[in-house]
Amino acid sequence: MVTNRQEFLINMGPQHPSTHGVFRLVLDLDGETVVSAEPEIGFLHRGMEKISENRTYEQVLPLTDRLDYLNSMGNNIAYTMAVEKLAGIEVPERALYIRVIMAELNRIASHLISIGTQGLEVGTYTVFLHCFRERERILDLFEMASGARLTYSYFRFGGVSRDLPDGWADEARAFLDLFLERVDEYETLLIQNPIYLKRARDIGVITRELALSYGASGPVLRSTGIPWDLRKTDPYLVYDRFDFDIPVGEHGDVWERSWIRLEEMRQSVAIIRQALDTMPEGPVQDGYSRYVVPPAGYAYVAVESPRGELGFFVVSDGGAKPFRLKVRSPAFVNLSLVSELVSGVKIADVPLIIGSLDPVFGEVDR
Amino acid sequence: MSTYADAALRGFIAALGGFTFVGIGLVALNVIERKTGGRIQSRHGPLHVGWHGTLQTFADLLKLLQKEYIIPRGADRILFQIAPFLSLVPVLLVFLVVPISPGIAALDFNASILIALVFPPLAIFGIMAAGWSSNSRYSLIASLRSAGQLFAYEIPRALAALSVMMMAGSLSLSGIVERQAAVWFIAAQPIAFLIFWFASMAEANRVPFDLTWAESELVSGFFTEYTGMRWAMFFLGEYGALIGGSVLTAVLFLGGWQGPFLPPVLWLLIKVIVLVMLSLWVRWTWPRFRIDQWLAFSWKVLTPIAVANVLVTGALLLYLRGGL
Repeated sequence: MVTNRQEFLINMGPQHPSTHGVFRLVLDLDGETVVSAEPEIGFLHRGMEKISENRTYEQVLPLTDRLDYLNSMGNNIAYTMAVEKLAGIEVPERALYIRVIMAELNRIASHLISIGTQGLEVGTYTVFLHCFRERERILDLFEMASGARLTYSYFRFGGVSRDLPDGWADEARAFLDLFLERVDEYETLLIQNPIYLKRARDIGVITRELALSYGASGPVLRSTGIPWDLRKTDPYLVYDRFDFDIPVGEHGDVWERSWIRLEEMRQSVAIIRQALDTMPEGPVQDGYSRYVVPPAGYAYVAVESPRGELGFFVVSDGGAKPFRLKVRSPAFVNLSLVSELVSGVKIADVPLIIGSLDPVFGEVDR
Repeated sequence: MSTYADAALRGFIAALGGFTFVGIGLVALNVIERKTGGRIQSRHGPLHVGWHGTLQTFADLLKLLQKEYIIPRGADRILFQIAPFLSLVPVLLVFLVVPISPGIAALDFNASILIALVFPPLAIFGIMAAGWSSNSRYSLIASLRSAGQLFAYEIPRALAALSVMMMAGSLSLSGIVERQAAVWFIAAQPIAFLIFWFASMAEANRVPFDLTWAESELVSGFFTEYTGMRWAMFFLGEYGALIGGSVLTAVLFLGGWQGPFLPPVLWLLIKVIVLVMLSLWVRWTWPRFRIDQWLAFSWKVLTPIAVANVLVTGALLLYLRGGL
């Protein structure tokens, strides 16, 4: 629609190469400059929270795989932890370590996609394919442990479904050694590339106040300089036993968010190595709470997903099915910043800014 | 037979031969690009059609020939259909004047560099026509971008060529090559070489200057709505501009066919391949500029440097020839 202000509307998505899934952004353009933007979501809405109310507790677990499909392990952990908290289940030590390892491997896999797609959005395919090459190795590790490559459902109430197979730790260590070198490659190829610096610096700047008022979390919040990471601020599982840093930014721009993700991959490698070295022997299941009917009540558990605070709020009325299940989705909250960020930028920066918020639409729309 | 008809006939035959050669070059470049890109991205590239996938491009062309030509509703039908030709033909005309061996060029006259500099930018009409006639907003933005950046790279490009013309004292490409018998102009004009090469890549819409088909924001830019061979012609136009730019760079700065032992044609080919491979390397590893950054870089950095380069070259030449 051409108006007399010489602006025109452009429908970015839901079928567009760089909207990270089905997302529609109605851009009001003045030449190349975005005047205003209106996001539209819901194209991937599957009613998971409602479906959960008609499933028994363990039947909900596969649904959580399909929320943030780049972080299925993390979703499984958050959900099982919520139900365990509600039912008062103790988890064996070894299972906690396995959960940490899997969560961190999945964080790496998720950040790899984020960094790779940031490359795509500025027009370089190479980083993207290199990132996918390493992600394949992680998926191989997951497949060895859980039998699946994307939707793992590896964890059970009271532990994990089965112990790590023989030789898994060696495979994982070999991957980590290789991976640290590869992270340096991504840094040279993309993060420190002069054109990428020029493109991503001072673009999509989020101030501290803005991030806090929207309730942003994860790398989006940390890029504004707030060192808020649930693994440190509210340690769950056994994160308090490991030594790692929380990278934070200063300016809150696109470049810092991608840099934070790169650094977090290095920190995750450190966590996994420590966990592999100190992992105790023993059972991985408490043996009796795999199928559980929690007492009436409610529980909220939040974990640090690659995108931020992923929370599961489970309400039980004492029956075999959850009375209500609410997912606090970090991708949804972070994505709500988008229309604030894209107003006034050039159209070329719009995909870059969306990508830096790292939305996964399985989780945004649920 | 009149001399004009004779010249026209000779020109036609030479052009036919030249275009055949260029056509082979375009297909070869497509194969090379896919294999190189694959190597850089740690994958194989095409592998199954022919030896190591070398015939993949022919298979693709065959497929493209069979595809339906879709003309979008609301498109300017005539403009939409001629736009691919407008963008391909001017690019190929460069090869008319390129000296491939001592005394051998399809068209050799004393101002042949003008054809080499003037024709490729005309491809912009094809791009603008494609973007406008497609009736798609993404295409429209892309065609406006290409119009906006035309002068941003053409002016530094022409200025860089100008400093070479001044040094050679000739407007003929053969004359320029002959002047490089002792020293290639890249040694005397390294800055002009870089500017000319950047601008040539920009003209070919290659990364990091591929703003007119930036797929991350503009889907496929000006050829979003094109299908089949019409789409392929834009692609060939891009390859043609890349080869044409590399050939010109080799002729102006790397001594063209000059070189010991090997036949002159081979020398030119080697230089062109080196330049093309360099651009492929950049294309497969670097991100792209944003339009305003590229324009700022061009107007505020490339153009002033090119102007200064011309002035300094002129002053030095005057001084050396005793004019000052």
